[in-house]
Order: sequence, then structure tokens, then C-alpha cells
Amino acid sequence: MSAERIPGEIDPEDVLNLDGLLSDEELLGRDTVRRFVADKVLPEVADWFDDGRFPLEMAREFGDLGLLGMHLQGYGCAGTSATQYGLACLELEAGDSGVRSFVSVQGSLAMFPIWAFGSEEQKQTWLPGMAAGELIGCFGLTEPDSGSDPGSMRTTARREASGDWIIDGAKMWITNGSVADVAVVWAKTDPDGPDEGKVRGFVIPTDTPGFTAPIIHRKVSLRASVTSELVLESVRLPADAALPDVVGMRGPLSCLNEARFGIAFGAVGAGRACYEAARDYALERIQFDQPIAGFQLTQRKLVEMMIKVQRANLVALHLGRLKDQGDLATPQISFAKKDNVRNALEVAREARSVLGANGITTEYPVIRHMNNLESVYTYEGTNEIHTLILGQAITGISAFS
Amino acid sequence: MAMNIVVCVKQIPDPADPGELDPNTKTLKRDVKLILDEADSYGVEMALQLVDAAGGGEVTLVSMAPDDEVGGIRTALAMGAAKAVLVSDEALVGSDALGTAKVLAKAIERAGDADLVITATESSDGYTGTVPEQVAELLGLPSITFAKSIEVDGNTIKVKRQTEAGYDDVEAPTPAVISVTAGVVEPRYPSFKGIMAAKSKPVDEVTVADLGLDADAVGWAGARQEIVEIATAETREAGTIIEDEGEGYAQIVDFLADLKVI
Ligand SMILES: Cc1cc2nc3c(=O)[nH]c(=O)nc-3n(C[C@H](O)[C@H](O)[C@H](O)COP(=O)(O)OP(=O)(O)OC[C@H]3O[C@@H](n4cnc5c(N)ncnc54)[C@H](O)[C@@H]3O)c2cc1C
Ligand SMILES: Cc1cc2nc3c(=O)[nH]c(=O)nc-3n(C[C@H](O)[C@H](O)[C@H](O)COP(=O)(O)OP(=O)(O)OC[C@H]3O[C@@H](n4cnc5c(N)ncnc54)[C@H](O)[C@@H]3O)c2cc1C
Repeated sequence: MSAERIPGEIDPEDVLNLDGLLSDEELLGRDTVRRFVADKVLPEVADWFDDGRFPLEMAREFGDLGLLGMHLQGYGCAGTSATQYGLACLELEAGDSGVRSFVSVQGSLAMFPIWAFGSEEQKQTWLPGMAAGELIGCFGLTEPDSGSDPGSMRTTARREASGDWIIDGAKMWITNGSVADVAVVWAKTDPDGPDEGKVRGFVIPTDTPGFTAPIIHRKVSLRASVTSELVLESVRLPADAALPDVVGMRGPLSCLNEARFGIAFGAVGAGRACYEAARDYALERIQFDQPIAGFQLTQRKLVEMMIKVQRANLVALHLGRLKDQGDLATPQISFAKKDNVRNALEVAREARSVLGANGITTEYPVIRHMNNLESVYTYEGTNEIHTLILGQAITGISAFS
Repeated sequence: MAMNIVVCVKQIPDPADPGELDPNTKTLKRDVKLILDEADSYGVEMALQLVDAAGGGEVTLVSMAPDDEVGGIRTALAMGAAKAVLVSDEALVGSDALGTAKVLAKAIERAGDADLVITATESSDGYTGTVPEQVAELLGLPSITFAKSIEVDGNTIKVKRQTEAGYDDVEAPTPAVISVTAGVVEPRYPSFKGIMAAKSKPVDEVTVADLGLDADAVGWAGARQEIVEIATAETREAGTIIEDEGEGYAQIVDFLADLKVI
């Protein structure tokens, strides 16, 4: 946004004119989030990152804007297209991956399962408050000993004769865990019970006795985001706390598909922010009596960055159109999550080098994005796991184990 | 008591993209995508707040723009306005400020009985700052300019009118035309719910004939002003850099005193 368009020529920030692929409505939504990020996120986010915190007041602001669960219908949600949701993720992550993570977790990982698999009562109880940003949700799948292979989870849900559920176990790396009002937790049922040991989802108010959520400290990535452990010690829940409409790994995996979709867009935003920062810097910074943007080596870096960002943007938009048509397949999401995040990380590293010493401080956004993207590379299916999903899709052979 | 407010919103070329003047007509080229003039977003916000405070009523937008442009109108509808009247007609090309005011006055009448008409003090692209008063005159309504805040008390409008020294308290009976100073409220973002709702809000697209205006009264034909010449503005001189050696504040105070701002 900082650089100006050269009349009659290309826009250095949108060389392929991908904006031309968006409807007026999509542009209005996109530009609104971009302005919101410029007004409310960019002036503050380096401090949040340095201090390792995420200001919870932002939740209400996200809610007012309609960002939370924005592509869900009803229950106070805006009901936009998937592409519009993706574009919002893109702009949020151009601010910070932690900010986008908050919105992804709330909308795609916590609200989505309640919306898709919950009882009417669960929906009424939680969704309107979550859409407004008054209630915060988290999603507990990963465990200390169960990451890429969530089917190996050890958290258990035991059913008592009264119908109550008793949850025991621990979840790890849970975004928003310590600040959540409600946790959607996945646990294994009794192998001899009616659910035959399959995984079920539980909607757990975080003030339920036996539930604690200590913060994970010492992160050097995604610092403007709360990451927590969930400890579940004989957490007693009423029978109706289980999500009624899904049994088995399909439940958590369908949530992940929603969130990964947003990440495929978000990564474009982080990459774009790095490219723009590098380009602005290279045009200003004088060495050997000329802007460093005038050196062939720097131009090559800028051009490679630009191409990666534009190409990833095109992939994301295509993904959005497929999803809005109802034609999106899981391996296609893996394609975009894997490739867009990898590209963004490469762009961030290259941009970092263009900024020289300034590239290592949070005065500039680049190293913040670079460090953040290491988390994005790992969560929601690591790069390797998406490679295996695609490998299986194109060969028919599973190489997971 | 319900309040019905008409807000005039000008749709202008994005100021972030350097505009181009047409050397033949000596006016700004408007064949690009137009957006809501930021100056008008304050009026929209004020109107929405007044309707909220009144506990009922609605905000109607009125705009004159080429090529059935609705880009800026959609933004204001997404902020919460209920409907819009858009005047778009080949015959309007070349309209001067008075021609614009004639069209807006008719469109405001078409929008229905308004308790209040709100405009910006001046637009961001033309900024003659004359349209609001002309509209008031044509409608035979009182005009209050440079409003910092508006309060409605029964059939009386109380305005804090910005002055060089501070503000004056000014009152007028409803209905009235009030121009609002930029920056006096924080315009809300168009929310995603608002964007979705805006899709089904009505935009009444009308021509000069629909308004009962004579095509000769507007456009180039009706213009009473002529643009004689356009020239490139002088580039601004570089600012003065004051080195602070303990006395910097005094130099700044002198500088501001010279400008008569303090
Ligand atoms: C900041 C942050 C926030 C997170 N938020 C959440 C959250 O809100 N909710 C949640 O449930 N989880 C969350 N996670 C957890 C995240 O999803 C996991 O970290 C991720 O799934 C990887 O699991 P792991 O860390 O246990 O790594 P592991 O699964 O132990 O993997 C370690 C390495 O081995 C590789 N590997 C594993 N299996 C294979 C294989 N078959 N073939 C080849 N390579 C393999 C992996 O790709 C990786 O490189 C978050 C993580 C981070 C960092
Ligand atoms: C001879 C001549 C020919 C011109 N030809 C053209 C032309 O072909 N095309 C062209 O676009 N301009 C043309 N202009 C410029 C045009 O007259 C002014 O831009 C226009 O009349 C509005 O004036 P302004 O922007 O200075 O309004 P101001 O008085 O500065 O505006 C104050 C407020 O009035 C309201 N308002 C003003 N205009 C509108 C509008 N159109 N719709 C809704 N609300 C509005 C807004 O709230 C605005 O903030 C021409 C001018 C002249 C003198």
C-alpha cells in the first residue's frame, strides 16, 4: 500500500493484477480488514510480540467487524463466502500470524465444530457470544506425545452409568487455551463402550473443575498469541457435553481442513508484508552511492519474492473458488497449505537479508513474520505431513507409517 | 421519535492513486473505480449515531456519479445506511457545483421526508465547499456549516459549529442542511454483516429526466462556471529543519505564532 502505482504500468504490489479477480464486495471486505489492520494492529503488534502477549480487547473488535466465524451461517455469524474469509485471513496475517491464528482458532477450530456437529442447545449457548468476541474458544487435539499422529491420542472420555462423561489427559500447544471460556477437546472413548473407542468431541466450559490451562512460555515464534497446555483431571461433564453429530477422527480433521484453508491465504499475507518491507527498504537504503534496489543481486531477490507471493496468492484464490463451489478436496488444501507456507517462509528469510542488520529487530516486521512462520509451518499439519497426504493422493500408496 | 436523515455521499477516484486531469475538459478523469469520499464517511457515521440515539428511523444516501457507480454507496450501506438514491446520466457530464446542487436537491426530495440532510463541509476532490449551501437554498431549508457535533431536541437541531477560536452553539428548526467537519467522529468499519446486508439494500438509480430536471440546466449546458486554465501546482518547498540546542521549543512557538495558529 505504501508504494504508488505507476500510471499505465504494473502495480509493484500486484503485478499480475490479481485484484482484478475479486468482486467489488470481496474488495470492500478485503480493504476493510486491511484498514483495520493498519489502524489497530500494525501500530501495536511489535510491542505485543516483544512482550509476548495478545490483548484480549481485540476479540471484541474482531467480533464487531464480524471476523469471528465469518463464513458460518446464522447464530450471529456474518455468513460470507469462503473466499471472503480467506481474504480476511490474508490481511490479518499481513499484520501478524498470531492475530490471524486467533481468528482461525476461534472461527474454524472452536466455532466450526459446534456449528457443524453440535446440538441446537450447544449452538445457542456458545456461537452468538463467540461471534461477538465476548466468549473465546480453543481447540484441543495435539498432546505431548501425539502431534502429527493424532489418532494416537491418550486423552480418554469415560462414560459413567449416570450418563456423565469423565475426561482425563493433557493437551499441548493449544492456541488461546489459557484465555478460553470454552474448549473443544477431542478424546478417545472406551473401546468397550457404544462408541467403540472412537474419538469424540467435547464442549468444555473452562471453569469446569479439573480443567487447568497453564501458559507455555519461552516461545520465540507466534509471541503475539497465547499458547497453552490443557490439563484435564477427572473433568466431569454432563451427557450433553459431547458433540452429538460426529464420531471418529473425521470430526477434528474436518475442523483442520477449515483452518488450513485460512492459513493458505494467511501465509500470502505474511509473505506480502515481508516483500513490501524489503522493497521499501531497498529503495531507501543507499550503499555504494545508490539505492541497494539498484543492484542486480537485490533485484533478483525482490523479483523472486514478488513471484512467490503472487503465485501463492493465485493458488489461494483458486482454492477459495473451489471451496465456494463445494468442490474442494483435502489434498488440494494440503497443496496450498504446504506450498504457500513454505514460500512465505522463503520470502521472509530473503527479505530479512535485504534489511541487513535492521532485519534482525522488531522495528521492522520481517523477522517477526519469519519467526512466526516457523509455527505456521508446523501447526495444522507439518510440511511433511501435507507432503505425505499429497503423495498418497497421487500414488495411491500411503507412506505415513 | 424516529429520525430520517439523508446523507449526501460523493464517490470519488481513490486519492491513493494519483488522479489525472483531462486536458480537454480540464476536469478530473472519473473513468476509474470510484470510492466513498472519506470526507463523507463522517457524515454517514454521525447520521447513524443520530438515528440510533433517536431509537428509530433510517439513513438514506444520495449520490450523483457517472456510470451507475455504486462502489462508494455500497461502503456506506455496509456501514448501516438503509437505502440510496443514485443519479447517473450522460447529461450530467460537465456539471459545475450549482448544477450538482440542483440534482442533489431533487434527489433529496425524491428520497422522502427527511428531518435532516447531512453533507461534508467540502469534498476531497473538488473541494469548492459550496454545494451544501446551494442545496439548502434550493430546498428552502436553513443551512448550518462546519458542524463538530449535532444534537436533536424535538424539532430543534443544536450544532456546535467549529470556528477559528473554538465553536459556536447554533440552532435551527428541522429539517435543515448541515455540513459536517472531517475528523469529528470515528467512522465505523463496514462490518462483514453489514457487507452481506448491503447486497439486498435498495439503490434507486435515476436519470435527470426522472428527477424532473431539464437536461439544459445541468452538465456542460447548464454550467455557469468555466474552467479557464489548469496548471501544475508548484512543488512544495522542503520544510525547515530546526536543530534543537535547548532553544528549539522557542523557535517552534515563534513559527506557529507567525502562522497565527497560536
Ligand atoms: C504455536 C503453535 C500453536 C498450536 N496450536 C494448536 C492448537 O490450537 N490446537 C492443537 O490441537 N494443536 C496446536 N498446535 C500443535 C501442532 O498442530 C503440532 O505441533 C503439529 O501437529 C506437529 O506435532 P508435533 O509438534 O508433535 O510434531 P511431531 O508430530 O512430533 O513431528 C516432528 C517432526 O517429525 C515429522 N514427522 C512426523 N511424522 C512423520 C512422518 N510420518 N513422516 C515424515 N515426517 C514425519 C514432522 O513433520 C516434524 O517435522 C500448535 C503448535 C504451535 C507451534
Ligand atoms: C465547468 C465545470 C465542469 C465540471 N465538469 C465536471 C465533470 O464533468 N465531472 C465531474 O465529476 N466534475 C466536474 N466538475 C467539478 C464539479 O463541479 C464538482 O466536483 C462538483 O460539483 C461538486 O463540487 P465539490 O466537489 O467542490 O463539492 P463541495 O461543495 O466541496 O462538496 C461538499 C459536499 O457536498 C456533497 N456533494 C458534492 N458533490 C456531490 C455528489 N456528486 N454527490 C453527492 N454528494 C455530493 C458531499 O457531501 C460533499 O462533501 C466541473 C466543474 C466545473 C466548474
